[in-house]
Amino acid sequence: MMTWMNCKPPTNNMMTQSIVLPVLIPLFTGIIILLLRGRSGVIRVVSLVGSFLALLTAVGLLIRVAEGDILVAQMGGWKAPYGITFVVDLFSAIMLTLGTLMGLVVQIYAVGSIDRGREQMGFYALYQFLLLGVCGSFITGDLFNLYVFFEVMLISSFGLMTLGGERGQLEGGLKYVVINMVSSILFVSALGIVYGTAGTLNMADLSEKLSAAAPGLTTLLASLFLVAFGIKAGLFPLFFWLPASYHTPPPAISAIFAGLLTKVGVYALIRVFTLIFLQDGTYTHNLLLVIAGLTMLVGVLGAVAQNGIRRVLSFHIISQIGYMIMGLGIFTPLALTGAIFYITHHIIVKTALFLVSGVVEHRGGTADLKKLGGVIRSYPILAVLFLIPALSLAGLPPLSGFFSKFVLIRAGLESEQYVMVGVSLFVSLLTLFSMMKIWNEAFWKPRPESEEPVLPDTEPAGSAWLRLMPIAALALFSLLLGLGAEGIYTLTYTAAATLLQPELYITAVLGRQ
Amino acid sequence: MEILMALIVGTLFGTGTYMLLRRSIVKLIIGLGLLSHGANLLLFTMGGLKRGVAPLINPSTAEAMVADPVPQALILTAIVISFGVTAFVLVLAYRANQATGHDDLDELQTTDQ
Repeated sequence: MMTWMNCKPPTNNMMTQSIVLPVLIPLFTGIIILLLRGRSGVIRVVSLVGSFLALLTAVGLLIRVAEGDILVAQMGGWKAPYGITFVVDLFSAIMLTLGTLMGLVVQIYAVGSIDRGREQMGFYALYQFLLLGVCGSFITGDLFNLYVFFEVMLISSFGLMTLGGERGQLEGGLKYVVINMVSSILFVSALGIVYGTAGTLNMADLSEKLSAAAPGLTTLLASLFLVAFGIKAGLFPLFFWLPASYHTPPPAISAIFAGLLTKVGVYALIRVFTLIFLQDGTYTHNLLLVIAGLTMLVGVLGAVAQNGIRRVLSFHIISQIGYMIMGLGIFTPLALTGAIFYITHHIIVKTALFLVSGVVEHRGGTADLKKLGGVIRSYPILAVLFLIPALSLAGLPPLSGFFSKFVLIRAGLESEQYVMVGVSLFVSLLTLFSMMKIWNEAFWKPRPESEEPVLPDTEPAGSAWLRLMPIAALALFSLLLGLGAEGIYTLTYTAAATLLQPELYITAVLGRQ
Repeated sequence: MEILMALIVGTLFGTGTYMLLRRSIVKLIIGLGLLSHGANLLLFTMGGLKRGVAPLINPSTAEAMVADPVPQALILTAIVISFGVTAFVLVLAYRANQATGHDDLDELQTTDQ
């Protein structure tokens, strides 16, 4: 009991403390925005600058850990496991970079598309706090801290989801809020049992202490965490809140949700199942595989039946979460590489598709595929910008989706998971089918006679550019991920290899030699 | 004492889950409240129950019993968060009721079609 009183704060190195910058920057940007209430011009600039700085620090971290190092910062100098620990390994750094990149890109789109009313009601502040929660979840090394960052993220997302108070938003928002609250309650209960069992909530410390606990209890805990994070990630059968709510807010908001929020759940699942719950590996990982297969299938079949663009895309989020969990379930270095590669590809492509659907809905005046049409004639650039991420999502070479699926399927074949490989290929085919459905209905076919012709765009030209530029940037990233697949593969392989050696993480956090 | 607490936590979770399954939104929110109380009490009980000791170490009598301060800090955080979210859900339910005129979850289906 006395030992922790005597521990001296370690020498605080500015370099190690700087790993919390991706959390601090959105926090302070958000606070400054709250103080600037009403001055929308200044707020936009501050918010963009904040997102840009956060991206810079995240890229800086990515470069520093690219060789597989693990950076650790102990807050207030309290040594782990007594203080709050922040840890950046390569997986965290990749997620941070993607998170802040989407934060910046979607924000540029938001500047051109969010209406004045929502801007006045604090859109930018909520947006920055959302990024704070997302980035915090990626770098924390403590389970309770993860819960707090989840809540920061969720509460901001509740605000963003319902901002504006349209009927659809309120209905979808209610379902979203309630089911996420249930997930948080399960998470807290699991934390209580973890603390009662192991007496610590530091992830590295838990990893060691839980291996001494009764195997039945750890399996129970693993299942509780699986359900709590599974709800947030949108796993089968816990995903129904997602397609009921993601298409209701303005496109910029649903794009950042689609790109990042479920992936925070996936990140937490991967972190917990590679670091903490390793005792009863075959049981939980087989369970994960079954869930992954069902998630893929049900998601894609749900998408086939939909007629709203963003409804189709929402169901595709679910089916693609299945691919990531498949990588976690197979649990070989190659499979985890595939999962991380897939997350990288998915975040970029999914955000791009939601942004495109926003422009299509904006120009066409409806989200219903039956009423849309003729976009390829009225807006050919947009058609190209849709096609790149759409084909990438379906996994056509040489785009990013092909390589990430290739790695996953190869990993599946090597570990003889033939059923999963079959399911994932079948789901790929159906994905291509529903992307073609959006293409045919919204872009290719002429606009139905009964509908009014597309109105000439009366907006200022700048606003249209602010919408196109982010989409073009994301399409370019998807192309680059495909063309530079070898580099990305090496990077994600290093990340996966680090994840599969939990002792590296534990030694780095607990400061042992 | 632990057994009593376990029973209370179980009752809270049971009634909360029952309320969550009702169709009325107000009852749903009551269910969420009960569940989060259950979770907080669970956190508290799992930290170990001790009677009449403060979570402070007295340097002169270092052997004395101390209550574990961590669960208390955790619960405080969890209570604040669930309080804030519950307040938000209440306002949301009120606004949804104004917009739709229903307190019945089965009527809130326009976003599912």
